[in-house]
Amino acid sequence: MHIMEGFLPHPWWEIWFALSLPVVAYGIYRMNLIIKERRETLPLLAVSGAFIFVLSSLKMPSVTGSCSHPTGTGMGAILFGPWITSVLSMIVLIYQALFLAHGGLTTLGANTFSMGIAGPMVGYLVYKSSMKSGLNLYIAVFLAAMLADLATYLVTSLQLALAFPAATGGVLASFKAFLAIFAITQAPLAVVEGAVTALMFKYFIQLRGDVLVKLNVASAGVIQKLKEASL
Amino acid sequence: MKLELIVLAIIVIFVAAFAYISATGNHEWGGSDDQSEGVISDLTGGTYQPWFHSIWEPPSGEIESLLFALQAAIGSIIIGYFLGYYRAMAKMKAAKAADEPEGKPNARPAR
Repeated sequence: MHIMEGFLPHPWWEIWFALSLPVVAYGIYRMNLIIKERRETLPLLAVSGAFIFVLSSLKMPSVTGSCSHPTGTGMGAILFGPWITSVLSMIVLIYQALFLAHGGLTTLGANTFSMGIAGPMVGYLVYKSSMKSGLNLYIAVFLAAMLADLATYLVTSLQLALAFPAATGGVLASFKAFLAIFAITQAPLAVVEGAVTALMFKYFIQLRGDVLVKLNVASAGVIQKLKEASL
Repeated sequence: MKLELIVLAIIVIFVAAFAYISATGNHEWGGSDDQSEGVISDLTGGTYQPWFHSIWEPPSGEIESLLFALQAAIGSIIIGYFLGYYRAMAKMKAAKAADEPEGKPNARPAR
């Protein structure tokens, strides 16, 4: 769940815009390069964007008796990296801010930072380091997507805590208070998101393993092995 | 099939947890963003007023769920279209390889 319209006071909403916009601008530049030079990857780009679109529309009940929605950004981060994923996320956030009164235009910078930049960055790094340490690709995808989702709400909690420090205990106390809402609600959803994302990668590998190799998601040897194992 | 079963098991556990909690406790199932509004109000002693309001809000809960459903539907169509496109391409490629005897011997249809 994103920070609602008008709920970030000055100067925080400007700060998060200032941090997000350069990343999104660089993401647009990278996206244009891909569109021009690697047209065979475009269907996967569309699927990554659509995956964020679907998952962030599903408000799911969690074990805490409250609802939240997954982010879906892990897939884009693994396939295309965090820069391009920040653009995809911002598009979804703008749709929800304009038509659903969910999130907001003044908080768009902060929400883009948490969902489009921090989460995907964590997911990307987790995926790359898991693959380097020789983990199974599906487990790496699961971990990356799950932690990207959780990191998003960790950052959302931090953003709110910085803007609203508690009278006693300061930022840390209010960080805990926001974390208690966002992180606990989110944890089970993040596990489900990780599992579903891993399953999507199984189909990608079976159908277009060659594109994954071109995108540097895994080596040709790893893809071939997973194809034959058909887990 | 193994991965599908694992994912299915995780979803079943998730649904079962929801079923158990909704049957035993008295919860509101509100959004975590609304709850954080409560925390903000606690932290600031109820003094914080949002300084900007959504320029347009869905006029009713029905229309809001329509727009959320639309969002999910648009995304699902795109995912389904491209996975189907990929699948057909893979099949055609395999059929072509089977027609040419000198083609790669290990090329077989996907699944």
